[in-house]
Amino acid sequence: MSLWKLIVREMVHRKLNFLFSLLSVVIAVACLAGAWTLLQADERDTARLLAAKQREVEAAGAELQEAMRKITLGLGFNLLIVPQDQDLNELHLEGGLSSAMPEEYVNRLAHSKIVTVNHLLPSVVRRLTWPEQNIPIILQGTRGEVPILHADPKKPLLDAVPPGRIVLGYQIQQRLKLQPGEKVTLLGREFTVLKAHDERGTADDSTVWIHLAEAQELLGMKNLIHAILALECHCAGERLPAIRQEVMGILPGTQVIERGPPALARAEARSRAQENAVAALQLEVASRLQLRRQHERFAAVLVPVVFTGCLLWIGFLAFGNVRDRRAEIGILRAIGYRAGQIMTIFLGKAAILGLLGALLGYLLGAWGGAFWSAGAEDAPAAGWPGPDLGLMAVAAGAALLLAVFGSWIPALWAARQDPANVLQET
Amino acid sequence: MALLELTGIGKTYRTGRTGEVRALDGISLSLAPGEFTAVQGPSGCGKTTLLLISGGLLAPTQGRVLLDRQDPYALGADRRAAFRASRLGFVFQQFHLIPYLSVIDNVLAPALAAGNPDGRERAEELVAHFGLHSRRLHVPGELSTGERQRTALARALLNRPKLLLADEPTGNLDRENAGIVLRHLVEFARSGGAVLLVSHDEESVRHADRVVRLRRS
Repeated sequence: MSLWKLIVREMVHRKLNFLFSLLSVVIAVACLAGAWTLLQADERDTARLLAAKQREVEAAGAELQEAMRKITLGLGFNLLIVPQDQDLNELHLEGGLSSAMPEEYVNRLAHSKIVTVNHLLPSVVRRLTWPEQNIPIILQGTRGEVPILHADPKKPLLDAVPPGRIVLGYQIQQRLKLQPGEKVTLLGREFTVLKAHDERGTADDSTVWIHLAEAQELLGMKNLIHAILALECHCAGERLPAIRQEVMGILPGTQVIERGPPALARAEARSRAQENAVAALQLEVASRLQLRRQHERFAAVLVPVVFTGCLLWIGFLAFGNVRDRRAEIGILRAIGYRAGQIMTIFLGKAAILGLLGALLGYLLGAWGGAFWSAGAEDAPAAGWPGPDLGLMAVAAGAALLLAVFGSWIPALWAARQDPANVLQET
Repeated sequence: MALLELTGIGKTYRTGRTGEVRALDGISLSLAPGEFTAVQGPSGCGKTTLLLISGGLLAPTQGRVLLDRQDPYALGADRRAAFRASRLGFVFQQFHLIPYLSVIDNVLAPALAAGNPDGRERAEELVAHFGLHSRRLHVPGELSTGERQRTALARALLNRPKLLLADEPTGNLDRENAGIVLRHLVEFARSGGAVLLVSHDEESVRHADRVVRLRRS
């Protein structure tokens, strides 16, 4: 016979008392383990959702950037780099340029560390009368975009016009009725029509485009260009003066002018859209964090309340147990059991209660938490999260403390029973 | 040499409503090994109080108790408990068996208190001696009253006590079973132990070597 045998036999004998006490520990531990599991799941979900949101924002941002690139192109360009001595009135009033600069400038800019410009288009442009057709046109020679070497390769905004080909503005095509593939002569050289643009409602409608080298040759401007168009520059707001200075530092003897306020507005809108996307992400982060804090606050209130309730209930049941066993305690004390042995009988029972309750409560709480967090429909798949040794240790410790603290005063009361009183009363 | 010596024992209970109740006043009694002494008196005359004082369970308000040449009330609670476990056996009218332990485990219960290493063997011996072998694995609820009292008697004798204190041990028994229990008490006394029996029953006290009568004062 040992004290443990006595404890176990008593638990079996007074099943209801034991089961109600066990239920209390199970509820308390399940509440703790469930809340913990839910919070852990909440944290994982938050991380997963935010990562997904981040990817969505990045994808949406990329799409937006692409769309804005196109919009910016349709609306015009952002910066025009022309020689210092170019009279801007000529550009504004006549739509043409007469001063030239070396074509090499565009390469120099492309090889520089400039980060504020995405696309560079060198061009020659002259207003003239198409001698063979006797109509005024703006002749533009372009070789397409010059890649900026240090930057990530960008999709070109404009397709280069291949040598021997000609692209017509809307008005020109309407007057000459030329179709793609037809031959036409310009300044004594034969070209094949590549395509005609749709109506844009700008000077482009009266422009014809040919390859830069051919335009330079026809206009007697070998290795010279009139302007560099800098498209999609990051020049929103008050950064423009700094960008001008940067460009002019690389290309001395040039001037930089801003073109197309709508493009600027769109650039700003694009920046704002990106900022909004980031703000939406931050809002989502804040919202999830707030939700998590709410859950934590709820758990911080719920778990102690449940523990306190269970502690009182265990204490109540333990008092009942001591009252029922007064005669037994009396005779054990009479035949020589020490107060410490009586305490051990009651606290040993509490320890068994705590450990058993911890195990059952952990299983119930962890599974319940996982089930709840996964949602009933996919619970079998998400189901059991696997053993969490840390949580198991915490559950065991909490359950032991709960059961032992709950039984402490009743055990003390049992140990202090006066056997003479008990034996006289029973 | 006396095993139990009570000198001028008095006991006064303090109660909330009626003030003080004097249960015993100036009782002196000596009990030698091998002696079977019965204390007889009407209900409420202090018989059980005298037995509890003799058993180191209830401190007297006056007088002195010497048990095996020691005053148990001079000891601390734990040492007094150990003192009881090694020297005393108790039998009560209500048996006070532990309801969820079998006969053999009830008999063995005092071994835990005394740290008795040969408890199991001694318990089996006593169970057989008291004719309980076939009932050794039964719990008290499955026993007759006679069997319960014999189990209680076997438990009282497990640690080979020097003094057996019996409080109305036959109060709940029929004549046959009462006779069996009393014969075992006599047998214990004849083997060198001392018995202090408290009873109001004339038949029971007739087995004693000496009868002490208490009056209600």
